[in-house]
Amino acid sequence: MLNEIINFLGENIQMIYIIILSVFVGVEVIGKVPAVLHTPLMSGANAIHGVVIVGAIIVMLNTPAENILALALGFVAVVFGTLNVVGGFAVTDRMLEMFKKKK
Amino acid sequence: MEVKYILDIIYLIASVTFVLGLKMLSHPDTARKGNLYAAFGMALAIIGTILLYNHADGYTTREPIKIILILAAIGIGTIAGWLTARRVQMTKMPELVSLFNGMGGACAAIIGLMEYEHNLGKTGALATIIAGLIIGSVSFSGSIIAFLKLNETMKKPIRIPSYNILNTVVMITLILCGIFIVYTQPEHLLLVVLLFVFALIYGVLFVIPIGGADMPVVISLLNSFTGLAAAFGGFLYQNQVMLTGGILVGSAGTILTLAMCKAMNRPLSNVIFGAFGSGAAAGAGAEVNGSIKDISISDTAILMNYAKKVVIVPGYGLAVAQAQHVIHELELLLEERGVEVVYAIHPVAGRMPGHMNVLLAESNVSYDKLIEMEEINPQFATTDVVLVVGANDVVNPAAKTDPSSPIFGMPILDVENAKNIIVNKRSMNAGYAGIDNLLFYQPKTSMLFGDAKGVLSKLVNELKQM
Repeated sequence: MLNEIINFLGENIQMIYIIILSVFVGVEVIGKVPAVLHTPLMSGANAIHGVVIVGAIIVMLNTPAENILALALGFVAVVFGTLNVVGGFAVTDRMLEMFKKKK
Repeated sequence: MEVKYILDIIYLIASVTFVLGLKMLSHPDTARKGNLYAAFGMALAIIGTILLYNHADGYTTREPIKIILILAAIGIGTIAGWLTARRVQMTKMPELVSLFNGMGGACAAIIGLMEYEHNLGKTGALATIIAGLIIGSVSFSGSIIAFLKLNETMKKPIRIPSYNILNTVVMITLILCGIFIVYTQPEHLLLVVLLFVFALIYGVLFVIPIGGADMPVVISLLNSFTGLAAAFGGFLYQNQVMLTGGILVGSAGTILTLAMCKAMNRPLSNVIFGAFGSGAAAGAGAEVNGSIKDISISDTAILMNYAKKVVIVPGYGLAVAQAQHVIHELELLLEERGVEVVYAIHPVAGRMPGHMNVLLAESNVSYDKLIEMEEINPQFATTDVVLVVGANDVVNPAAKTDPSSPIFGMPILDVENAKNIIVNKRSMNAGYAGIDNLLFYQPKTSMLFGDAKGVLSKLVNELKQM
Protein backbone atom coordinates (compact mmCIF):
# COMPACT_ATOMS: atom_id res chain seq x y z
CA MET A 1 0.00 0.00 0.00
CA LEU A 2 2.62 2.52 1.12
CA ASN A 3 4.84 1.24 -1.65
CA GLU A 4 2.12 1.91 -4.19
CA ILE A 5 1.61 5.47 -3.00
CA ILE A 6 5.33 6.23 -3.13
CA ASN A 7 5.57 4.76 -6.61
CA PHE A 8 2.57 6.78 -7.74
CA LEU A 9 4.04 10.01 -6.40
CA GLY A 10 7.46 9.24 -7.87
CA GLU A 11 6.10 8.48 -11.32
CA ASN A 12 4.10 11.70 -11.37
CA ILE A 13 6.52 13.95 -9.57
CA GLN A 14 6.58 16.58 -12.32
CA MET A 15 2.81 16.86 -12.34
CA ILE A 16 2.85 17.24 -8.57
CA TYR A 17 5.36 20.07 -8.85
CA ILE A 18 3.04 21.82 -11.30
CA ILE A 19 0.08 21.35 -8.96
CA ILE A 20 1.82 22.76 -5.91
CA LEU A 21 3.33 25.73 -7.73
CA SER A 22 0.02 26.47 -9.49
CA VAL A 23 -1.78 26.55 -6.16
CA PHE A 24 0.57 29.27 -4.97
CA VAL A 25 0.37 31.18 -8.24
CA GLY A 26 -3.45 31.09 -8.08
CA VAL A 27 -3.49 32.41 -4.53
CA GLU A 28 -0.91 35.12 -5.24
CA VAL A 29 -2.53 36.34 -8.43
CA ILE A 30 -5.99 36.64 -6.88
CA GLY A 31 -4.92 37.95 -3.50
CA LYS A 32 -4.94 41.65 -4.39
CA VAL A 33 -8.11 41.91 -6.45
CA PRO A 34 -10.38 44.84 -5.56
CA ALA A 35 -13.96 43.83 -4.72
CA VAL A 36 -15.23 45.66 -7.80
CA LEU A 37 -13.65 43.05 -10.00
CA HIS A 38 -14.78 39.97 -8.09
CA THR A 39 -17.65 39.17 -10.41
CA PRO A 40 -15.68 39.49 -13.68
CA LEU A 41 -12.84 37.58 -12.09
CA MET A 42 -15.09 34.72 -11.04
CA SER A 43 -16.54 34.67 -14.53
CA GLY A 44 -13.07 34.74 -16.12
CA ALA A 45 -11.85 31.93 -13.88
CA ASN A 46 -15.00 30.04 -14.80
CA ALA A 47 -14.04 30.32 -18.47
CA ILE A 48 -10.49 29.12 -17.78
CA HIS A 49 -11.60 25.85 -16.18
CA GLY A 50 -13.35 25.24 -19.47
CA VAL A 51 -9.91 23.94 -20.45
CA VAL A 52 -11.46 20.60 -19.49
CA ILE A 53 -12.67 20.64 -23.12
CA VAL A 54 -9.12 19.62 -24.11
CA GLY A 55 -9.76 16.40 -22.20
CA ALA A 56 -13.06 15.86 -24.01
CA ILE A 57 -11.33 16.30 -27.37
CA ILE A 58 -8.61 13.83 -26.34
CA VAL A 59 -11.25 11.26 -25.35
CA MET A 60 -12.89 11.60 -28.75
CA LEU A 61 -9.60 11.33 -30.62
CA ASN A 62 -8.75 8.15 -28.70
CA THR A 63 -12.15 6.53 -29.28
CA PRO A 64 -12.42 4.09 -32.21
CA ALA A 65 -14.74 5.50 -34.89
CA GLU A 66 -17.00 2.40 -34.63
CA ASN A 67 -17.89 3.03 -30.99
CA ILE A 68 -20.98 5.14 -31.60
CA LEU A 69 -22.09 5.36 -27.97
CA ALA A 70 -18.71 6.64 -26.86
CA LEU A 71 -18.56 9.11 -29.74
CA ALA A 72 -22.01 10.42 -28.84
CA LEU A 73 -21.01 10.87 -25.20
CA GLY A 74 -17.80 12.59 -26.27
CA PHE A 75 -19.78 14.84 -28.58
CA VAL A 76 -21.97 15.96 -25.67
CA ALA A 77 -18.87 16.54 -23.54
CA VAL A 78 -17.27 18.73 -26.24
CA VAL A 79 -20.50 20.76 -26.59
CA PHE A 80 -20.61 21.28 -22.81
CA GLY A 81 -16.93 22.22 -22.68
CA THR A 82 -17.31 24.71 -25.53
CA LEU A 83 -20.32 26.30 -23.83
CA ASN A 84 -18.20 26.75 -20.72
CA VAL A 85 -15.27 28.26 -22.64
CA VAL A 86 -17.04 30.48 -25.18
CA GLY A 87 -19.89 31.54 -22.92
CA GLY A 88 -17.50 32.21 -20.07
CA PHE A 89 -15.09 34.40 -22.02
CA ALA A 90 -17.88 36.20 -23.90
CA VAL A 91 -19.82 37.12 -20.78
CA THR A 92 -16.65 38.25 -18.99
CA ASP A 93 -15.76 40.44 -21.95
CA ARG A 94 -19.23 41.92 -21.94
CA MET A 95 -18.93 42.81 -18.28
CA LEU A 96 -15.50 44.35 -18.66
CA GLU A 97 -16.52 46.32 -21.72
CA MET A 98 -18.67 48.39 -19.38
CA PHE A 99 -15.76 49.30 -17.16
CA LYS A 100 -14.14 51.29 -19.91
CA LYS A 101 -13.61 54.89 -18.86
CA LYS A 102 -16.45 56.95 -20.20
CA LYS A 103 -15.95 60.64 -20.55
CA MET B 1 11.90 17.54 -34.06
CA GLU B 2 8.89 15.80 -32.64
CA VAL B 3 5.29 16.90 -33.16
CA LYS B 4 4.68 16.27 -29.49
CA TYR B 5 7.11 19.03 -28.58
CA ILE B 6 5.18 21.56 -30.62
CA LEU B 7 2.01 20.68 -28.73
CA ASP B 8 3.92 20.89 -25.44
CA ILE B 9 5.08 24.39 -26.35
CA ILE B 10 1.52 25.38 -27.30
CA TYR B 11 0.32 24.14 -23.91
CA LEU B 12 3.10 26.10 -22.23
CA ILE B 13 2.03 29.29 -24.00
CA ALA B 14 -1.61 28.65 -23.09
CA SER B 15 -0.71 28.08 -19.43
CA VAL B 16 1.20 31.36 -19.37
CA THR B 17 -1.76 33.22 -20.89
CA PHE B 18 -3.99 31.79 -18.14
CA VAL B 19 -1.72 33.07 -15.37
CA LEU B 20 -1.24 36.38 -17.15
CA GLY B 21 -4.98 36.64 -17.84
CA LEU B 22 -5.91 36.10 -14.21
CA LYS B 23 -3.25 38.58 -13.13
CA MET B 24 -4.51 41.24 -15.54
CA LEU B 25 -8.11 40.55 -14.55
CA SER B 26 -7.25 41.91 -11.13
CA HIS B 27 -6.75 45.49 -12.39
CA PRO B 28 -9.58 47.54 -13.85
CA ASP B 29 -7.37 48.98 -16.61
CA THR B 30 -6.00 45.69 -17.88
CA ALA B 31 -8.89 43.35 -17.06
CA ARG B 32 -10.43 43.22 -20.48
CA LYS B 33 -7.12 42.54 -22.21
CA GLY B 34 -6.38 39.84 -19.65
CA ASN B 35 -9.60 38.06 -20.48
CA LEU B 36 -8.76 38.19 -24.18
CA TYR B 37 -5.24 36.83 -23.58
CA ALA B 38 -6.66 33.86 -21.70
CA ALA B 39 -9.24 33.31 -24.43
CA PHE B 40 -6.48 33.37 -27.04
CA GLY B 41 -4.47 30.82 -25.06
CA MET B 42 -7.54 28.62 -24.77
CA ALA B 43 -8.18 28.75 -28.52
CA LEU B 44 -4.55 27.83 -29.15
CA ALA B 45 -4.76 24.86 -26.77
CA ILE B 46 -7.97 23.59 -28.38
CA ILE B 47 -6.73 23.89 -31.97
CA GLY B 48 -3.37 22.39 -31.00
CA THR B 49 -5.05 19.40 -29.37
CA ILE B 50 -7.27 18.70 -32.37
CA LEU B 51 -4.36 18.85 -34.83
CA LEU B 52 -1.37 17.54 -32.90
CA TYR B 53 -2.40 15.37 -29.95
CA ASN B 54 -1.26 11.75 -30.05
CA HIS B 55 -1.61 9.11 -27.37
CA ALA B 56 1.70 7.63 -26.29
CA ASP B 57 0.47 4.10 -27.10
CA GLY B 58 -1.00 5.09 -30.47
CA TYR B 59 -4.72 4.97 -29.68
CA THR B 60 -5.27 8.25 -31.43
CA THR B 61 -6.84 8.17 -34.88
CA ARG B 62 -8.21 11.00 -36.99
CA GLU B 63 -10.99 9.54 -39.11
CA PRO B 64 -12.91 12.30 -40.91
CA ILE B 65 -16.12 11.40 -39.08
CA LYS B 66 -14.51 12.05 -35.70
CA ILE B 67 -12.99 15.36 -36.75
CA ILE B 68 -16.34 16.43 -38.21
CA LEU B 69 -18.11 15.49 -34.97
CA ILE B 70 -15.59 17.42 -32.87
CA LEU B 71 -15.85 20.50 -35.06
CA ALA B 72 -19.64 20.27 -35.11
CA ALA B 73 -19.75 20.03 -31.31
CA ILE B 74 -17.46 23.04 -30.99
CA GLY B 75 -19.60 24.91 -33.52
CA ILE B 76 -22.83 24.22 -31.65
CA GLY B 77 -21.28 25.12 -28.30
CA THR B 78 -19.76 28.32 -29.70
CA ILE B 79 -22.97 29.59 -31.24
CA ALA B 80 -25.12 28.71 -28.24
CA GLY B 81 -22.58 30.03 -25.71
CA TRP B 82 -21.95 33.24 -27.64
CA LEU B 83 -25.60 34.07 -28.17
CA THR B 84 -26.57 33.39 -24.56
CA ALA B 85 -23.65 35.42 -23.23
CA ARG B 86 -24.38 38.36 -25.53
CA ARG B 87 -28.12 38.46 -24.99
CA VAL B 88 -28.54 37.81 -21.30
CA GLN B 89 -29.51 40.74 -19.12
CA MET B 90 -26.77 41.85 -16.79
CA THR B 91 -28.96 41.20 -13.76
CA LYS B 92 -29.11 37.54 -14.82
CA MET B 93 -25.33 37.29 -14.89
CA PRO B 94 -24.80 35.20 -11.73
CA GLU B 95 -27.08 32.39 -12.86
CA LEU B 96 -25.42 32.36 -16.26
CA VAL B 97 -21.98 31.93 -14.70
CA SER B 98 -23.47 29.12 -12.66
CA LEU B 99 -24.89 27.45 -15.75
CA PHE B 100 -21.60 27.64 -17.67
CA ASN B 101 -19.83 26.30 -14.61
CA GLY B 102 -22.21 23.33 -14.56
CA MET B 103 -21.39 22.63 -18.20
CA GLY B 104 -17.69 22.39 -17.35
CA GLY B 105 -18.49 20.03 -14.48
CA ALA B 106 -20.60 17.81 -16.74
CA CYS B 107 -17.81 17.73 -19.29
CA ALA B 108 -15.35 16.52 -16.63
CA ALA B 109 -17.83 13.90 -15.38
CA ILE B 110 -18.38 12.48 -18.87
CA ILE B 111 -14.62 12.22 -19.41
CA GLY B 112 -14.44 10.18 -16.21
CA LEU B 113 -17.25 7.85 -17.36
CA MET B 114 -15.53 7.25 -20.68
CA GLU B 115 -11.99 6.78 -19.43
CA TYR B 116 -12.83 4.27 -16.70
CA GLU B 117 -12.73 1.17 -18.88
CA HIS B 118 -9.48 2.14 -20.58
CA ASN B 119 -7.65 2.40 -17.30
CA LEU B 120 -8.63 -0.83 -15.53
CA GLY B 121 -5.64 -2.23 -13.69
CA LYS B 122 -4.01 1.14 -13.08
CA THR B 123 -4.95 2.08 -9.53
CA GLY B 124 -3.49 5.60 -9.62
CA ALA B 125 -5.21 6.50 -12.87
CA LEU B 126 -8.52 5.05 -11.68
CA ALA B 127 -8.38 7.04 -8.46
CA THR B 128 -7.86 10.19 -10.55
CA ILE B 129 -10.76 9.28 -12.83
CA ILE B 130 -13.15 8.53 -9.99
CA ALA B 131 -12.21 11.73 -8.15
CA GLY B 132 -12.75 13.80 -11.29
CA LEU B 133 -16.04 12.02 -11.94
CA ILE B 134 -17.39 12.65 -8.45
CA ILE B 135 -16.32 16.30 -8.27
CA GLY B 136 -17.47 17.06 -11.80
CA SER B 137 -20.90 15.53 -11.19
CA VAL B 138 -21.40 17.33 -7.88
CA SER B 139 -20.39 20.58 -9.55
CA PHE B 140 -22.78 19.94 -12.43
CA SER B 141 -25.94 19.15 -10.47
CA GLY B 142 -25.10 21.71 -7.78
CA SER B 143 -24.65 24.46 -10.39
CA ILE B 144 -27.94 23.58 -12.04
CA ILE B 145 -29.74 23.87 -8.70
CA ALA B 146 -27.96 27.19 -8.03
CA PHE B 147 -29.06 28.32 -11.48
CA LEU B 148 -32.68 27.38 -10.81
CA LYS B 149 -32.62 29.11 -7.44
CA LEU B 150 -31.19 32.36 -8.79
CA ASN B 151 -33.62 32.12 -11.65
CA GLU B 152 -36.34 31.95 -9.01
CA THR B 153 -37.72 28.80 -10.59
CA MET B 154 -36.99 27.30 -7.22
CA LYS B 155 -37.85 29.90 -4.65
CA LYS B 156 -37.69 28.93 -1.01
CA PRO B 157 -34.81 27.06 0.55
CA ILE B 158 -36.02 23.50 0.92
CA ARG B 159 -35.63 22.05 4.38
CA ILE B 160 -35.05 18.38 4.71
CA PRO B 161 -35.38 16.89 8.20
CA SER B 162 -32.01 16.08 9.81
CA TYR B 163 -30.46 17.49 6.70
CA ASN B 164 -26.89 17.74 8.02
CA ILE B 165 -26.84 14.09 9.04
CA LEU B 166 -28.34 12.96 5.74
CA ASN B 167 -25.87 15.08 3.80
CA THR B 168 -22.89 13.77 5.73
CA VAL B 169 -24.05 10.17 5.32
CA VAL B 170 -24.45 10.64 1.56
CA MET B 171 -21.03 12.27 1.31
CA ILE B 172 -19.27 9.52 3.27
CA THR B 173 -21.07 6.83 1.27
CA LEU B 174 -19.99 8.56 -1.92
CA ILE B 175 -16.34 8.59 -0.86
CA LEU B 176 -16.47 4.97 0.35
CA CYS B 177 -18.08 3.85 -2.92
CA GLY B 178 -15.34 5.69 -4.81
CA ILE B 179 -12.62 3.96 -2.81
CA PHE B 180 -14.39 0.61 -3.21
CA ILE B 181 -14.50 0.99 -6.99
CA VAL B 182 -10.85 2.00 -7.21
CA TYR B 183 -9.88 -1.06 -5.16
CA THR B 184 -12.08 -3.76 -6.65
CA GLN B 185 -12.02 -2.32 -10.19
CA PRO B 186 -15.25 -3.93 -11.42
CA GLU B 187 -15.11 -4.49 -15.16
CA HIS B 188 -18.74 -3.69 -15.61
CA LEU B 189 -19.54 0.00 -15.88
CA LEU B 190 -22.78 -0.30 -13.89
CA LEU B 191 -21.20 0.53 -10.53
CA VAL B 192 -19.46 3.55 -12.00
CA VAL B 193 -22.71 4.81 -13.48
CA LEU B 194 -24.37 4.34 -10.09
CA LEU B 195 -21.58 6.35 -8.50
CA PHE B 196 -22.17 9.05 -11.10
CA VAL B 197 -25.90 9.18 -10.29
CA PHE B 198 -25.16 9.19 -6.58
CA ALA B 199 -22.75 12.12 -7.02
CA LEU B 200 -25.43 14.01 -8.95
CA ILE B 201 -27.85 13.47 -6.07
CA TYR B 202 -25.25 14.69 -3.61
CA GLY B 203 -24.78 17.87 -5.63
CA VAL B 204 -28.53 18.53 -5.42
CA LEU B 205 -28.61 17.83 -1.68
CA PHE B 206 -25.57 20.05 -1.18
CA VAL B 207 -27.12 23.17 -2.69
CA ILE B 208 -30.85 22.75 -2.17
CA PRO B 209 -31.15 23.94 1.45
CA ILE B 210 -28.92 27.00 0.94
CA GLY B 211 -30.73 30.33 0.71
CA GLY B 212 -30.56 32.59 -2.31
CA ALA B 213 -28.49 35.21 -0.47
CA ASP B 214 -25.66 32.72 -0.09
CA MET B 215 -25.78 31.51 -3.67
CA PRO B 216 -22.76 33.56 -4.85
CA VAL B 217 -20.58 31.82 -2.29
CA VAL B 218 -21.89 28.47 -3.47
CA ILE B 219 -21.29 29.30 -7.13
CA SER B 220 -17.77 30.43 -6.35
CA LEU B 221 -17.17 27.21 -4.44
CA LEU B 222 -18.57 25.06 -7.25
CA ASN B 223 -16.41 27.08 -9.64
CA SER B 224 -13.31 25.94 -7.82
CA PHE B 225 -14.72 22.38 -7.74
CA THR B 226 -14.93 22.34 -11.51
CA GLY B 227 -11.37 23.67 -11.65
CA LEU B 228 -10.33 20.73 -9.51
CA ALA B 229 -12.21 18.28 -11.72
CA ALA B 230 -10.43 19.70 -14.78
CA ALA B 231 -7.11 19.34 -12.97
CA PHE B 232 -7.83 15.64 -12.29
CA GLY B 233 -8.39 15.23 -16.01
CA GLY B 234 -5.06 16.95 -16.63
CA PHE B 235 -3.35 14.59 -14.22
CA LEU B 236 -4.85 11.60 -15.96
CA TYR B 237 -3.66 12.66 -19.40
CA GLN B 238 -0.39 14.14 -18.11
CA ASN B 239 -1.72 17.25 -19.80
CA GLN B 240 -0.04 20.36 -18.42
CA VAL B 241 -2.48 22.94 -19.71
CA MET B 242 -5.49 21.21 -18.14
CA LEU B 243 -3.54 20.82 -14.95
CA THR B 244 -2.39 24.43 -14.64
CA GLY B 245 -5.73 25.83 -15.80
CA GLY B 246 -7.69 23.62 -13.41
CA ILE B 247 -5.48 24.14 -10.38
CA LEU B 248 -5.27 27.89 -10.94
CA VAL B 249 -9.04 28.15 -10.92
CA GLY B 250 -9.27 25.72 -8.02
CA SER B 251 -6.98 27.77 -5.79
CA ALA B 252 -8.09 31.21 -7.03
CA GLY B 253 -11.73 30.14 -6.66
CA THR B 254 -11.15 29.02 -3.10
CA ILE B 255 -9.56 32.37 -2.20
CA LEU B 256 -12.43 34.20 -3.86
CA THR B 257 -14.97 32.08 -1.96
CA LEU B 258 -13.29 32.90 1.34
CA ALA B 259 -13.16 36.60 0.41
CA MET B 260 -16.91 36.56 -0.18
CA CYS B 261 -17.55 34.82 3.12
CA LYS B 262 -15.38 37.42 4.84
CA ALA B 263 -17.43 40.22 3.28
CA MET B 264 -20.55 38.67 4.80
CA ASN B 265 -18.71 37.89 8.02
CA ARG B 266 -19.80 34.28 8.01
CA PRO B 267 -17.51 31.28 8.06
CA LEU B 268 -17.85 29.02 5.04
CA SER B 269 -19.07 26.15 7.20
CA ASN B 270 -21.91 28.39 8.34
CA VAL B 271 -22.98 29.02 4.76
CA ILE B 272 -22.93 25.35 3.88
CA PHE B 273 -24.29 23.76 7.03
CA GLY B 274 -26.23 26.49 8.82
CA ALA B 275 -29.22 27.48 6.76
CA PHE B 276 -29.92 31.19 6.85
CA GLY B 277 -32.79 32.97 8.57
CA SER B 278 -34.51 29.82 9.73
CA GLY B 279 -37.59 30.29 11.93
CA ALA B 280 -35.87 30.64 15.31
CA ALA B 281 -33.41 33.32 14.24
CA ALA B 282 -36.00 35.50 12.55
CA GLY B 283 -38.18 35.64 15.66
CA ALA B 284 -35.29 36.37 17.98
CA GLY B 285 -34.60 39.90 16.69
CA ALA B 286 -34.94 42.83 19.07
CA GLU B 287 -38.36 44.33 19.52
CA VAL B 288 -39.32 46.98 17.06
CA ASN B 289 -39.95 50.39 18.57
CA GLY B 290 -41.11 53.53 16.84
CA SER B 291 -43.08 53.88 13.70
CA ILE B 292 -42.60 54.13 9.99
CA LYS B 293 -42.63 57.60 8.44
CA ASP B 294 -43.66 58.18 4.84
CA ILE B 295 -42.23 60.87 2.59
CA SER B 296 -43.72 62.23 -0.64
CA ILE B 297 -41.84 62.50 -3.90
CA SER B 298 -41.92 66.30 -3.92
CA ASP B 299 -40.53 66.46 -0.38
CA THR B 300 -37.75 64.09 -1.42
CA ALA B 301 -36.99 66.28 -4.41
CA ILE B 302 -36.77 69.40 -2.26
CA LEU B 303 -34.57 67.67 0.29
CA MET B 304 -32.18 66.49 -2.39
CA ASN B 305 -32.18 69.74 -4.32
CA TYR B 306 -30.92 71.68 -1.32
CA ALA B 307 -28.49 69.06 -0.10
CA LYS B 308 -24.74 69.47 -0.42
CA LYS B 309 -23.96 65.83 -0.54
CA VAL B 310 -26.13 62.85 -1.50
CA VAL B 311 -25.03 59.23 -1.17
CA ILE B 312 -26.93 56.61 -3.10
CA VAL B 313 -26.95 53.08 -1.69
CA PRO B 314 -27.98 50.76 -4.51
CA GLY B 315 -29.13 47.20 -3.87
CA TYR B 316 -30.29 44.33 -5.97
CA GLY B 317 -33.84 45.70 -5.88
CA LEU B 318 -32.60 48.57 -8.04
CA ALA B 319 -31.40 46.16 -10.67
CA VAL B 320 -34.53 44.03 -10.54
CA ALA B 321 -36.63 47.13 -11.20
CA GLN B 322 -34.24 48.00 -14.10
CA ALA B 323 -33.73 51.40 -12.52
CA GLN B 324 -29.95 51.72 -13.11
CA HIS B 325 -30.47 54.20 -15.94
CA VAL B 326 -32.93 56.41 -14.07
CA ILE B 327 -30.67 56.59 -11.08
CA HIS B 328 -27.82 57.74 -13.32
CA GLU B 329 -30.14 60.44 -14.70
CA LEU B 330 -30.94 61.52 -11.14
CA GLU B 331 -27.23 61.63 -10.36
CA LEU B 332 -26.47 63.86 -13.39
CA LEU B 333 -29.38 66.17 -12.61
CA LEU B 334 -28.26 66.68 -9.03
CA GLU B 335 -24.66 67.20 -10.09
CA GLU B 336 -25.82 69.92 -12.48
CA ARG B 337 -27.22 71.73 -9.50
CA GLY B 338 -24.02 71.50 -7.56
CA VAL B 339 -24.93 68.56 -5.36
CA GLU B 340 -22.13 66.11 -4.78
CA VAL B 341 -23.41 62.59 -5.57
CA VAL B 342 -21.60 59.30 -5.00
CA TYR B 343 -22.63 55.67 -4.74
CA ALA B 344 -21.85 53.55 -1.68
CA ILE B 345 -21.07 50.01 -2.74
CA HIS B 346 -21.29 47.28 -0.14
CA PRO B 347 -19.00 44.33 -0.93
CA VAL B 348 -21.97 41.98 -1.35
CA ALA B 349 -24.37 44.42 -2.99
CA GLY B 350 -26.18 42.71 -5.83
CA ARG B 351 -25.98 38.98 -6.12
CA MET B 352 -22.23 38.64 -6.30
CA PRO B 353 -19.37 40.78 -5.03
CA GLY B 354 -18.81 43.45 -7.64
CA HIS B 355 -22.13 42.70 -9.33
CA MET B 356 -23.48 46.15 -8.49
CA ASN B 357 -20.46 47.79 -10.10
CA VAL B 358 -21.13 45.89 -13.29
CA LEU B 359 -24.79 46.87 -13.25
CA LEU B 360 -24.06 50.55 -12.68
CA ALA B 361 -21.25 50.56 -15.22
CA GLU B 362 -23.82 49.28 -17.70
CA SER B 363 -25.74 52.53 -17.34
CA ASN B 364 -22.58 54.66 -17.76
CA VAL B 365 -22.08 55.59 -14.11
CA SER B 366 -18.47 56.71 -13.86
CA TYR B 367 -16.14 54.25 -12.17
CA ASP B 368 -14.76 56.77 -9.66
CA LYS B 369 -18.23 57.55 -8.30
CA LEU B 370 -18.53 54.04 -6.92
CA ILE B 371 -17.08 54.22 -3.43
CA GLU B 372 -16.31 51.07 -1.49
CA MET B 373 -17.56 50.53 2.05
CA GLU B 374 -14.37 51.27 4.03
CA GLU B 375 -13.92 54.55 2.23
CA ILE B 376 -17.53 55.77 2.35
CA ASN B 377 -18.38 54.88 5.94
CA PRO B 378 -16.55 57.86 7.54
CA GLN B 379 -18.21 60.17 5.00
CA PHE B 380 -21.79 59.50 6.10
CA ALA B 381 -21.46 61.94 9.01
CA THR B 382 -21.09 64.81 6.52
CA THR B 383 -23.79 63.53 4.19
CA ASP B 384 -27.10 65.37 3.96
CA VAL B 385 -29.23 62.77 2.27
CA VAL B 386 -28.75 59.04 1.88
CA LEU B 387 -30.98 57.42 -0.70
CA VAL B 388 -31.28 53.67 -0.20
CA VAL B 389 -32.73 51.98 -3.27
CA GLY B 390 -33.60 48.31 -3.15
CA ALA B 391 -31.03 47.51 -0.46
CA ASN B 392 -31.91 46.21 2.96
CA ASP B 393 -29.59 43.84 4.81
CA VAL B 394 -26.44 45.84 3.97
CA VAL B 395 -27.82 48.86 5.88
CA ASN B 396 -29.40 46.94 8.77
CA PRO B 397 -27.98 48.21 12.08
CA ALA B 398 -28.90 44.89 13.68
CA ALA B 399 -25.66 43.61 12.20
CA LYS B 400 -23.87 45.78 14.77
CA THR B 401 -26.24 45.90 17.70
CA ASP B 402 -28.19 42.66 17.88
CA PRO B 403 -26.16 39.51 18.61
CA SER B 404 -29.23 37.36 18.02
CA SER B 405 -29.63 38.55 14.44
CA PRO B 406 -28.51 36.12 11.75
CA ILE B 407 -26.50 38.87 10.08
CA PHE B 408 -24.82 39.96 13.34
CA GLY B 409 -21.19 40.83 12.67
CA MET B 410 -21.58 41.51 8.97
CA PRO B 411 -19.92 44.84 8.14
CA ILE B 412 -22.59 47.30 7.00
CA LEU B 413 -22.83 50.76 5.51
CA ASP B 414 -23.21 53.24 8.39
CA VAL B 415 -26.04 55.18 6.78
CA GLU B 416 -27.61 56.00 10.15
CA ASN B 417 -24.88 58.65 10.65
CA ALA B 418 -26.28 60.79 7.83
CA LYS B 419 -28.64 63.70 8.44
CA ASN B 420 -31.55 62.27 6.43
CA ILE B 421 -32.15 58.77 5.24
CA ILE B 422 -34.66 58.04 2.51
CA VAL B 423 -35.42 54.40 1.83
CA ASN B 424 -37.12 53.35 -1.36
CA LYS B 425 -38.77 49.96 -1.03
CA ARG B 426 -41.57 48.25 -2.80
CA SER B 427 -43.27 47.24 0.43
CA MET B 428 -42.51 46.49 4.07
CA ASN B 429 -41.46 42.92 3.30
CA ALA B 430 -38.28 41.79 5.00
CA GLY B 431 -35.03 41.74 3.02
CA TYR B 432 -33.38 38.85 1.25
CA ALA B 433 -32.16 37.40 4.52
CA GLY B 434 -35.73 37.54 5.84
CA ILE B 435 -35.12 39.84 8.81
CA ASP B 436 -36.65 43.08 9.98
CA ASN B 437 -34.65 46.29 9.59
CA LEU B 438 -34.53 48.68 12.55
CA LEU B 439 -33.21 51.45 10.32
CA PHE B 440 -36.69 51.96 8.89
CA TYR B 441 -38.06 52.84 12.33
CA GLN B 442 -35.52 55.55 13.17
CA PRO B 443 -36.72 59.15 13.38
CA LYS B 444 -34.22 60.25 10.72
CA THR B 445 -35.52 57.71 8.25
CA SER B 446 -38.33 58.31 5.79
CA MET B 447 -39.83 55.66 3.58
CA LEU B 448 -40.53 56.24 -0.08
CA PHE B 449 -42.70 53.31 -1.09
CA GLY B 450 -43.10 52.14 -4.66
CA ASP B 451 -41.37 50.46 -7.56
CA ALA B 452 -37.83 51.85 -7.85
CA LYS B 453 -38.07 52.74 -11.52
CA GLY B 454 -41.43 54.49 -11.23
CA VAL B 455 -40.52 56.41 -8.09
CA LEU B 456 -37.14 57.51 -9.42
CA SER B 457 -38.61 58.67 -12.74
CA LYS B 458 -41.15 60.78 -10.88
CA LEU B 459 -38.37 62.14 -8.70
CA VAL B 460 -36.34 63.11 -11.77
CA ASN B 461 -39.38 64.88 -13.28
CA GLU B 462 -40.06 66.69 -10.04
CA LEU B 463 -36.46 67.87 -9.88
CA LYS B 464 -36.52 69.07 -13.47
CA GLN B 465 -39.40 71.39 -12.64
CA MET B 466 -37.61 72.96 -9.72
